[in-house]
Amino acid sequence: MNLLKHKIWYLIISGLILVPGIIALIIFGLNLSIDFVGGSVVKYQLPTGFESNRVLDIYKNNNIAIESSSIDNGFLVVRTKPLDVQTNKTVLDSLPSILNVDEFTNGVSINQVSFETVGPVVGKETTKNAFVSLGWASLAILLYISYAFRNIPSPYSSFKFGASAIIAMLHDAVVVLGIFSIVGHYKNVEIDAMFITAILTVIGFSVHDTIVVFDRIRENLSKLPKTWQFETIANYSLVETLNRSLATSFTVIFTLLALFILGGDSIKNFVLALLIGIVSGTYSSIFTATPILVIWESYKKRDK
Amino acid sequence: MSFLKTLNFRLGLVSAIFTLAVLVVMPKIDISLDNSFIKIDSSIGGYSVNLFNNKFVLDLTKFKEGLDLKGGIRIVLKADVSGIEGVEKDNALESAKEIISNRINFLGVTEPNISTLKTAEDYRIIVEIPGISDVSEAVNLIGKTAQLKFKSLKKDLPWKEELFFDYFQNPDAWEDTGIIGSDLKGVDVVIDSSGSLQSQGKPQIRLKFTSDGRTKFSELAKDNVNRPIALFLDDSDFPLSTPVISEDLSKGLVDDPVISGNFDLETAKNLSIQLRAGALPVPVTVLEQETLSATLGADSVKKSFFAGIVGLLVVFLFLVYKYRGLGLLAGVSLVFYTIMVLAIFKIIPVVLTLPGIAGFILSIGMATDANILIFERYKEELFWGKDKNTALELGFERAWNSIKDSNISSLITCFILFELGSGSIRGFAVTLAIGIFVSLFSSIFVVRTFIEAFRK
Repeated sequence: MNLLKHKIWYLIISGLILVPGIIALIIFGLNLSIDFVGGSVVKYQLPTGFESNRVLDIYKNNNIAIESSSIDNGFLVVRTKPLDVQTNKTVLDSLPSILNVDEFTNGVSINQVSFETVGPVVGKETTKNAFVSLGWASLAILLYISYAFRNIPSPYSSFKFGASAIIAMLHDAVVVLGIFSIVGHYKNVEIDAMFITAILTVIGFSVHDTIVVFDRIRENLSKLPKTWQFETIANYSLVETLNRSLATSFTVIFTLLALFILGGDSIKNFVLALLIGIVSGTYSSIFTATPILVIWESYKKRDK
Repeated sequence: MSFLKTLNFRLGLVSAIFTLAVLVVMPKIDISLDNSFIKIDSSIGGYSVNLFNNKFVLDLTKFKEGLDLKGGIRIVLKADVSGIEGVEKDNALESAKEIISNRINFLGVTEPNISTLKTAEDYRIIVEIPGISDVSEAVNLIGKTAQLKFKSLKKDLPWKEELFFDYFQNPDAWEDTGIIGSDLKGVDVVIDSSGSLQSQGKPQIRLKFTSDGRTKFSELAKDNVNRPIALFLDDSDFPLSTPVISEDLSKGLVDDPVISGNFDLETAKNLSIQLRAGALPVPVTVLEQETLSATLGADSVKKSFFAGIVGLLVVFLFLVYKYRGLGLLAGVSLVFYTIMVLAIFKIIPVVLTLPGIAGFILSIGMATDANILIFERYKEELFWGKDKNTALELGFERAWNSIKDSNISSLITCFILFELGSGSIRGFAVTLAIGIFVSLFSSIFVVRTFIEAFRK
């Protein structure tokens, strides 16, 4: 089996997924939650058939600008600029007044399920931390791989192994970000602090997966005849580890699917981000990281 | 460690750990049986361990649930320490935390969680109160600046040592002196070096007044020689301290006045923190707040828990399908893994949040990876013509490099998440890291022991 024969095609497929995502990121940006930009989100549980505008009118009457409102699984979600506790109390106190006599006697009530405010300072800090942690994680992993692969036989360089793994990892992060940029624009799915956790988990998994393949390449470089080309050895290693890559990814995907289908609503988007990332991570460790490494290593050969 | 090589020892160790983990994880179950043959009235699980005279307390009655599971409010406050210098900043933050804790205890809630956080930008106090939903009441209660008042005993009341307790209990016996917390610029604990022999070496509390406060206090001291003054915090009915003005002070203030008493270091420190809170009011502003309803969480937990079990089952079946007997052993070790991780969650204790549970379920998937690596390697070695025992030996040995490198890179991510993340992200990192360590133990040590036991 020659997995690397179509290596250019794999990179083109990656590109086909990456490019629309990157364009979406440039045009739409990310639909950021208050975790990043600051603001208030209030969630109401409405009785069935209750006109949500009646609740929104309270905000208008109190001169509170509504940034967005939506119905999500029977909950009314209202997003505004940061509200203080007193203002929210005013809104809360007005809730009974919008009910008519019939509803009142029938015991209809509107509940505020949650009220969340993030100040703009905290929002900026979360954004900064997200970038900083992504940067540090990339650097630390690059250093670790360069160190772990330091005994690689010459003329191959452990830095190239590390860098290829990082490129595959960033590939996965961008795939998830791009898809969520599109979903965020059309389905109003927000990116919150949990999303950063998902991205960081994805890159952790991606590197985890890539390292297993690279480990085998390293082992085979010293075991297989020196006359073999790097590409042949890399392909040989890919085929050997293919079973394991797929089996591991399946087990993770199984658990995530179970969480996605059966788990609580509040973690659905988080699990979706993980699912997309893990699938991408499996693809990239086989079809992105190794082709890049092979192209890079053979390019240098021709140079000489 | 040659004893680790004997199979019986390892089997014993694995079963001992397993039994212990089961006992830790189990909730309290009552066992009562009453018929003509046997009579049992006992309970098992949900233990609470208390060793060395309260030095070591371990409450295993239940898992520690985060706010998103239990419902409640979370408030992040910014403490404005800009007017305070150097080390006093930390003290001010600590005393603000102390005062806020005291106030929240007035709400009569169980297990409020108050912590401080210093970020690059500012000093913060994070308050988490489970079980209440009125965030405005809590914010009002917290937002007050602690106010310290010096009061003197009313002029018409006589002072005798025996009357102390009556006055202590009676807030009406005291009148305002006009000296308040802002007249103090600091409070610290000093060790008495000059006093009489019996007080020497005992901690005292030194009150450092502003120049204005100093004048006011000198006046007060002259009028109240040999009479007590009382230090009240906020609108509490009981004074924090009721020192008696000594005769030396009537001549006017030379050094900073001290409160001496039969303090040990701990009580002196606590009192100084309380006094300082009044002395150094730290204005606080709300940066972030959240109200979470418990129903939202409870529903999600039930669903996610169920999802976790289904996920575990699917992985179990997949392993058995793909690796037959070996897969079955790995599946059993996965159950072992799950119970052990849960036991560690309870012991540490790890605060369970939804992201934490997600991290845990994800780690179930990752835990199998080590076994898959080993088994795939084993199959390969068989393919190369090795006999079963050698292939298995080589499987464990040669897969180790990949297992080590991949898990270290995952741990690096966990570490960075923990260092830079906040709240829920940290919870996720901790559960994932625990998962990785336990998975190494279960998928290598436990599985290997099982396999060898079955080989015999």
